[in-house]
Amino acid sequence: MTEFAGEQILHVRGPDILTLLTKLKADGFNFLADLTAIDNLTLGGYERFAVSYHLLCHQTGERLTVKAYIPEEKPSLPSVESLWKTADWQEREVFDLYGIKFEGHPNLIRIMNPDDFEGYPLRKDYPRLGRKERSDFPVVDRGIQKKKS
Amino acid sequence: MVQDDIKSNVLTTTLESAINWGRKNSLWPMPFGTACCGIEFMAVLAARTDLARFGAEAIRFSPRQSDLLIVAGRISIKMMPVLIRIYEQIPEPKWVMSMGACASTGGVFDTYSVIQGIDQFIPVDVYVPGCPPRPEGVVEGFIKLQDLVGKEKLADYAPAPAK
Amino acid sequence: MTRVTELPLETDKMVLNFGPQHPSTHGTLRIIMELDGETVTKATPEIGYLHSGFEKLGEDLDFNQYITITDRMNYLSPLCNNVAYALAAEKLIGIEVSKRTEYIRVLMCELSRIADHLLNVGMLAVDLGALTAFLYGFKLREDIYDLFEIATGTRLTTSYTLVGGLMRDIPDGYDKAVLKVLDEVDKVANDIETLLNKNRIWQDRTKKIGIISKEDAISYGISGPMARATGIEWDIRVNEPYSSYEDFEFDVAIALNGDVFDRYLVRMEEIRQSIKICRQSLEKMPSGDVIVDPGLGYSLPPKDEVYNSIEGLIYHFEVTMPNRGMTPPVGEAYVPTESPNGELGFYIVSDGNRTPYRVRTRPPSLMNYSIFSKLIEGHMLSDAPAIIGSINVIAGELDR
Repeated sequence: MTEFAGEQILHVRGPDILTLLTKLKADGFNFLADLTAIDNLTLGGYERFAVSYHLLCHQTGERLTVKAYIPEEKPSLPSVESLWKTADWQEREVFDLYGIKFEGHPNLIRIMNPDDFEGYPLRKDYPRLGRKERSDFPVVDRGIQKKKS
Repeated sequence: MVQDDIKSNVLTTTLESAINWGRKNSLWPMPFGTACCGIEFMAVLAARTDLARFGAEAIRFSPRQSDLLIVAGRISIKMMPVLIRIYEQIPEPKWVMSMGACASTGGVFDTYSVIQGIDQFIPVDVYVPGCPPRPEGVVEGFIKLQDLVGKEKLADYAPAPAK
Repeated sequence: MTRVTELPLETDKMVLNFGPQHPSTHGTLRIIMELDGETVTKATPEIGYLHSGFEKLGEDLDFNQYITITDRMNYLSPLCNNVAYALAAEKLIGIEVSKRTEYIRVLMCELSRIADHLLNVGMLAVDLGALTAFLYGFKLREDIYDLFEIATGTRLTTSYTLVGGLMRDIPDGYDKAVLKVLDEVDKVANDIETLLNKNRIWQDRTKKIGIISKEDAISYGISGPMARATGIEWDIRVNEPYSSYEDFEFDVAIALNGDVFDRYLVRMEEIRQSIKICRQSLEKMPSGDVIVDPGLGYSLPPKDEVYNSIEGLIYHFEVTMPNRGMTPPVGEAYVPTESPNGELGFYIVSDGNRTPYRVRTRPPSLMNYSIFSKLIEGHMLSDAPAIIGSINVIAGELDR
């Protein structure tokens, strides 16, 4: 449990996350505001990937951040889609951009990138300019004699 | 006399200039607006700057019924096949205006997922820079396009020789 | 006489592609619908047609340079995005801004909220056939664009805030111009309501369509006017005030049914409350400085100092050279704000360098749109534009 700038952050190991979140939801944190992942390659930290969940309680207005750490060799976590339906698309986005699999998710396919995209773009070892995906489209031929003016 | 009547009621010109005059004053645009430039394009069509006074009266959202494709906004790799397909569905003669910095060169977004300029794959006639361009800029681009259309030759549209 | 026996017609389900290029999908959305006659039985939305890698760009750009990118997310109300990012960066670094900065930020946010709601109501009206509301709204939006241009320099992509203050102060006489526009907004809002509220066609097409229940709204993560239309009383400006919102008096609009008509009513009422807030902020505007001391190394010093004194020049290079610049503490911060669409927050993780390690936007449009496939089941095809219009999906924020 650490604190930064007035906010509380809980750090847990990956597989324990489902039991912890079930207990927190029963305690009153009924709203999952955000679900995202961080690649700790150059930052350091307990493991390579950290998935962070931001929770909110409507009754008291309290916010809490929970970070689950998972190692690089086996990037998978239990899915929280059974607790909050909003996790459906957010977990698909984390899978698309980072390659972290969520067990128990009904429909884990790519959401932002095209279906035949290879690689996981937001990892730190993927180049920002991409690997030539943005320039392999066919050049359209109009079939007329017009020269460019 | 018949001679006097002819002088005041008959106009002679070439076929090319008559056809170009008709084409340039009734360009029907098809907006392919994806992002912020799309909103600015809606402002061009609204009451203050009005594109309809230049002949672009009918904004058609179907490619088969228009002749000017206005690409406004950034094109991502998932959207490019859609753009190519729509471009191929517009019947000749057709023109393309690339509105904004993102459609012309990729703009601020030099990333894995944005096409750095649609003119790598589709022939573009007019580029309108700006992020987003002011409505007056779009109108100037439109007038330049009308000048271009006025100078075309009918032989341009003959089929290209087979390679 | 022959008797004709009626055989039941065998129908098959038709798969319709409500494609990425369509006049009534605002932006680049694609929905694959299975239709049984006119009724939709299943709808699968597909997004990602505008994915531009904003978060990857955030790792290469400075804290202050990223503000230009944040305008392009929710392009109907860009000032709200700028303020949200600046608040998150300021919380991470630990800077306090002056009261005048906060009041000006509130004024700009509320003007953008008026512009966003006007456009949203206008597009909803156009999709259902009422073109006049769109043109009234757009004429007024041009006046608001003029106001933005006087203060910031451009109409749409403003990049007005800096980490620690604003780009520049508002000029003298600005309050008279704003008050004139606010009177117009009042009149136009009344006009639009007169045209639409008691209109039989509008009520038939929007009442009892797309009803969301309270439990569904909380489970799907919905926030903003959509959630308030179902009866949830949660407005971040009131419950978790940021940037001096606690100094202003206004009401929060809540409706109980959760259908398209209620969301439209909530948005119109929010326009009126925003007018109230704008007037209060102009009356109570304190005087003071707008940019925090540039000695901290965050914002560029003013140009006359750069050209005329050696300290100004040194500060300028300190901020812009690649291996110098600001040194924020290592840590992370998340600040939720109330954008016209819902809860917009930025989650910034920093590792001590001049560029953030990870910038994440919590996009309200993504959460709001995820409930669409549940809402459209059982309705007819022509209700789809009404529901999409009331959700206010903005593709720039959805796909980032």
